[in-house]
Amino acid sequence: MSKILMVSPKKCTGCKTCEVICSFTKTNAFNPKNAAVTVHDYEDVGIAVPMMCMQCEDAACKNICPVSAITQNKDGTTLIDFDKCIGCKMCVSACPFGNMSVSFENRRLTKCDLCDGAPKCAEFCPSAAITYVEATGLNILRKKDLARRFKDLAEEGV
Amino acid sequence: MNAWMGTILRVNLTTGTVTKEKLNEKFAKDYIGARGLGTKYYMDEVKHDVEPLSVGNNLIFMTGPLTGTFAASSARYNVVTKGPLTGTIAASNSGGVFGPELKMAGYDGIIFEGKSPKPVYLFIEDYEVHLEDASLLWGKTVFETTDLMNEKYGEDFKTSCIGPAGEKLVLFASVMNDKHRAAGRTGVGAVMGFKNLKAVTVKGTKSIHVADPKAFFEACKDARIKLKANPVSGVGLPAYGSEVLVNIINSVGGFPTGNWQESVYDKADDIGGESLVAKYLVRNKGCFACGIGCGRLTKLTGKYNEIGEGPEFESAWAMGADCRINDLEAITKANYICNEMGMDTITMGSTIACAMELYEKGYLTDKDLGGKPLLFGDAEAMVDFVMKTARREGFGDVMALGSYRMADKFGHAELSMTAKKQEMPAYDGRAIQGIGLNYATSNRGGCHVRGYTISPEVLGLPFKMDPFVTEGKANILKIFQDLTAVVDSLGLCLFTTFGIGLPEIAAMYRTATGIDISDAELLNIGDRIWNMEKLYNLENGFTKADDTLPPRLLKDPIPAGPAKGRVNQLDVMLKEYYELRGWDAMGVPTKEKLKALGLA
Repeated sequence: MSKILMVSPKKCTGCKTCEVICSFTKTNAFNPKNAAVTVHDYEDVGIAVPMMCMQCEDAACKNICPVSAITQNKDGTTLIDFDKCIGCKMCVSACPFGNMSVSFENRRLTKCDLCDGAPKCAEFCPSAAITYVEATGLNILRKKDLARRFKDLAEEGV
Repeated sequence: MNAWMGTILRVNLTTGTVTKEKLNEKFAKDYIGARGLGTKYYMDEVKHDVEPLSVGNNLIFMTGPLTGTFAASSARYNVVTKGPLTGTIAASNSGGVFGPELKMAGYDGIIFEGKSPKPVYLFIEDYEVHLEDASLLWGKTVFETTDLMNEKYGEDFKTSCIGPAGEKLVLFASVMNDKHRAAGRTGVGAVMGFKNLKAVTVKGTKSIHVADPKAFFEACKDARIKLKANPVSGVGLPAYGSEVLVNIINSVGGFPTGNWQESVYDKADDIGGESLVAKYLVRNKGCFACGIGCGRLTKLTGKYNEIGEGPEFESAWAMGADCRINDLEAITKANYICNEMGMDTITMGSTIACAMELYEKGYLTDKDLGGKPLLFGDAEAMVDFVMKTARREGFGDVMALGSYRMADKFGHAELSMTAKKQEMPAYDGRAIQGIGLNYATSNRGGCHVRGYTISPEVLGLPFKMDPFVTEGKANILKIFQDLTAVVDSLGLCLFTTFGIGLPEIAAMYRTATGIDISDAELLNIGDRIWNMEKLYNLENGFTKADDTLPPRLLKDPIPAGPAKGRVNQLDVMLKEYYELRGWDAMGVPTKEKLKALGLA
C-alpha cells in the first residue's frame, strides 16, 4: 500500500524545520523559499499549517503540462521529468493550492516528490505535525478533508 | 565563503547613506560571527569611552555562520553595542525568523552609525537597501509596527524593531523581532531609539551554502537526535517551556522571592509551567529550525482577552515571585506589555520588586509613587507600573532607569539586586554558588546566559555538581562562559547545550565553514571573545570592585528552606576564577594570556 504525508496543524510549532531540510534536499543549500513545503502560521488564531503537494489523483499540474513532463508513478506520486520540462510554469498557475513554485537557486520548478519514499520533512519534524503514513481509508479521508478546506480557502482568496 | 554570506551592510544614519562592504574574513575566522564578530567590529570602530546614548555609539546586528541553516535551533542574531543600563559591552541575542531572513538577503550583519535627524526604518529586499521615513511608525507598539510593515510590503517581510519604550530611552528597552522575540537585556533598544531607528524590515531569497553539505547534514542530524533524547531539551522544554524550571529552582531553595528577601516561594506552583500549560497555552512556538519549541503561544480569556507569547521562566519569576505575585494572568499580561512596548521583562519585574521593598521599608512613599501604595503581591499595581514605565509616566519615569539608579536615588542602592547595574535573574547565588560567581564576572552585568552553571549545579547536565559547594565552580564556569561565547557567536540557541556539547558544535562548525579547527581551538576562540569583552570593560574603568554581588547575597543568609543559612562565598571562587582565566589578582588579563589569545 502507498504512503501519504499527513499534516496535523494542531501539532505544528511553526519552526520551519521542514522548509529548511526540504530546501537542502532539493538544492544542497538552505533557503525556505526554495522548499516544496511551506508553513503558514496564523498566529492570531494559534494555528500553523505546513502545506505541500497533495499528490492529487486528478492532478491539474499534470493535465496542463504542454510537453507531458509531469507524470504519476505507480504509487500516485506526481513527478517532473526535468529533461522534458521547458520551464513554461503553466503548472505553477494551475495548481489550486499554490504548491508548485520556482526555485530561486536554480530557476527550476520545486515540487514535492516525497524524497523517493523517505520524506525528509516528516523525518525531521520535531513535533510530528508532518508524518508519513500508510494511506488507510481513515487517513485518506482526513487528508481529503484538509485538502478540501485549503481549496475552499484558496477560492475565497485568503 | 561558505556559511557566511560575505557582505556587511553599513548604514550611516546621520547622512542617510547605505554601503555594502566585504566581510572581514580574518575577523570572521578569529571571532566566528554574531556576538564575537559584532563585538570585534564594534571595538575596532568605536571610541571606548563613548556615551551609550550618543551619536558616536554604534549599533550592530550580526548573524553567525550557522544562523539559518539546518543546525539545531540556529535562529539567532546578536545586537551589539555599549549598554546604557550597564556601561559595559552589550551583546543581546534573539531567535524567531528575523536573523535567518537577514542572512538570506545576503548579509551577515548591519552596522548602524550616527543618528538620524528624523525617525527612519531600514528596508532590505536582497540587493535593494534603503532608509525610509518612519514618522508614521513613531509611537507605535512592536505589534503595530510589525503588522504595518507586513501590510505595506507583504507577509514575507520579517521585522525587528523597538516599541515606545525604546523611543523614550527606557534604559532596559529591548530590540524585538517577529513581534514576541527579544534581544532583551542591557538596554540595546534605547540605543536604537536614540538613533531614531524604528525598525529593520527584511526579505531575502538567497541560499546559505555550506562547505561540505553531506557531512554538515550528518553533523546536524546527530545533534538533533541527541537533543531529542535529552530529558531537558527533548522532554521538559517542549512540554512546559522554560517555565518548567519554576518548581525545580524553588525546590533547591534558590528561587528569589520578595526582592531576594527569601529564596523559597510558597505559591510557586501557581506561576509554573504546569499552570501555564493548563490555563493559557494555545500551542508551542518554535523559532527557525528549532527542534525544541520552548516558546509558548498563550491566550488570556478573562479581562485581558489577548493572544501573545510568554511568559518565560525568568519573566514569570521577575514579575511573579520576586514581587510575591502568584496571579499568572497578570504576569502574562505584564509580559505581553513588555513585548509590545519593547522592554526587558527581567529588569522590569526586578525593578518593581525593588520599589516594593523600598516602599515596605518606608524609603519610598505614596507621594513618590503618585498617591498610591505599592505593596508586595499587588498584581494590579505591577501591571500598571509596567505600562507607566514604558510610557515614562509618573513614577514609571524613575523605574525606567532600572532598579540600581532608582534605589540609589532614594539612598538605598544596596536594595537593588544587580551586578554592574543589571538585574540578576531567577537563581539565587546564595543557594547555587556557581551562578553567583557568573553574575559577578559576567561581562554584561547580572545575567544567567553568559555561563549557565544551573545545568551542572541543579539539572545535572552534563554531570551533577552540589549547588551549595564552591569547589570546582570557577573551573566549570570558565568552560561554560567560553563555550557560551562560541554558541552565541555561531548563531545557535544556548538551549542546545543541554543536549549537545563542544564535539557536536565543533563538528557542525567545521563542516559548515570548511575550516580545519580542533574542538580545543574552537573553545579557545570563546576564551578570546571573553577576554576581548573583558578588555573593553577594563578600558571603561571597571575593576575588581565591580566583579561583585549585592551585599544581600554576600552577607544576609537565606532565612529559610533547603539553603537556609547560606550566603554566596564569592571571595574564594573569584580568586580561583581569576587564576584559571590567566588574569592577575586584580582581574586584569596578563600580557602572556593576551598574547596567547592573539589579543596583544
